[in-house]
Amino acid sequence: MDAKFDYLLRLGDNALILSQQLCQLCGKGPALEEDMALSNVALDLLGQTRMWLSYAGEIEGRGRDEDRLAFLRDAHDYRNCILVEQPNGSYADTLMRQFLFDSWHYFLMDGLTRSSDERIRDIAAKSLKEITYHLRRSGDLVVRLGDGSDISHARMQAALNELWMYSGEAFIYDDVDHAMVAQGIAPPSEALRQQFLAHVAEVLQEATLAMPSLDAWMQRGGKQGRHSERLGYILAEMQFLQRAYPGAAW
Amino acid sequence: MTAQEARVEQVWAWLGEVPDPEIPVISVVDLGIVRDVRFDGDACVVTITPTYSGCPAMGVIADAVQEALHVHGIEQVRLETRFAPAWTTDWMSESGKAALTGYGIAPPVQQAIDISGLHAGIRRRAAPAVSCPHCNSVHTQLTSEFGSTPCKALYKCLECREPFDYFKCH
Repeated sequence: MDAKFDYLLRLGDNALILSQQLCQLCGKGPALEEDMALSNVALDLLGQTRMWLSYAGEIEGRGRDEDRLAFLRDAHDYRNCILVEQPNGSYADTLMRQFLFDSWHYFLMDGLTRSSDERIRDIAAKSLKEITYHLRRSGDLVVRLGDGSDISHARMQAALNELWMYSGEAFIYDDVDHAMVAQGIAPPSEALRQQFLAHVAEVLQEATLAMPSLDAWMQRGGKQGRHSERLGYILAEMQFLQRAYPGAAW
Repeated sequence: MTAQEARVEQVWAWLGEVPDPEIPVISVVDLGIVRDVRFDGDACVVTITPTYSGCPAMGVIADAVQEALHVHGIEQVRLETRFAPAWTTDWMSESGKAALTGYGIAPPVQQAIDISGLHAGIRRRAAPAVSCPHCNSVHTQLTSEFGSTPCKALYKCLECREPFDYFKCH
């Protein structure tokens, strides 16, 4: 598989799977404001997905457009990190997953605005504006709930402890990532990780939450297509219509 | 002005009549998403830069632009999408901002700062003072970071007690 195609799938799939998960909360948010925020973030991520997967399809050059890539690939062909397929759980889980994702997504996108690939640069610059807003919101809420009541603090800490092992996969580079760094397309891992950790530490400190160990073992495999069982269920729901009625359109 | 320039000028004027589907008091030109108009032979090429990547109104806007030009007798219309530079509320016209206020939506209050390399936007700072579009008071408060569409936030006025939409700086 072409490394750039694979890398673009990773970018698109992360945004797509998280968007799909957030969409499941539409109409079920814990408060109206949160409901709207989650749906709007999901919408931004879906728009970003389209830009990444369209480009991926062009690079692959086999006539697959964004819809075919989204609806007609099975779990082992998906390239998202395992973090985004973690369950919505309680609102603390949803929010902490979002904060960890946004923190990484922001610094990655910032790095991609200096990519050697013009199209990637353009998509990243557009996405970065939206992601900045996502990160400001999720970080703000982590502070408010972490430094909130005893119950909200305990739930946020538990969510963080549970999700931490999924926060490192994006920084564990494989051959695809290394090829992208070598071509000047993607930013190197260590600098990105340091930016991520510094921001997360700053927000967690303000939120009175304990930062988990930097040496913790990290889950991995999603980027290479080895996913948790949950991705199959997510795709089953997302892809049902196109699987049952191929080519169906509005 | 050459005949060609006059034609382009005319198309801009027609597009200035095409309303935004979500906020019909401003046109797609006021919104700043029409970036270029040119003729390629008989075909009119309109370049549009989307607001937010996932904005569901973009499809409707594209249809409305096509339709408006067809009505004025231009048969061949080609729409091109341009992502860079990314759309910013700085491109919104002053008349558009005034129309927003009249419609009950507070317009963006400041220049969208260039955040590249500064990372200034990722922590919540003191929110900008947004004037209430109903009573003009600056005594307002952010209710929700997101409103009815991705481009808006929800505020409430502490003076007249009315809630209102705020078109975010972007």
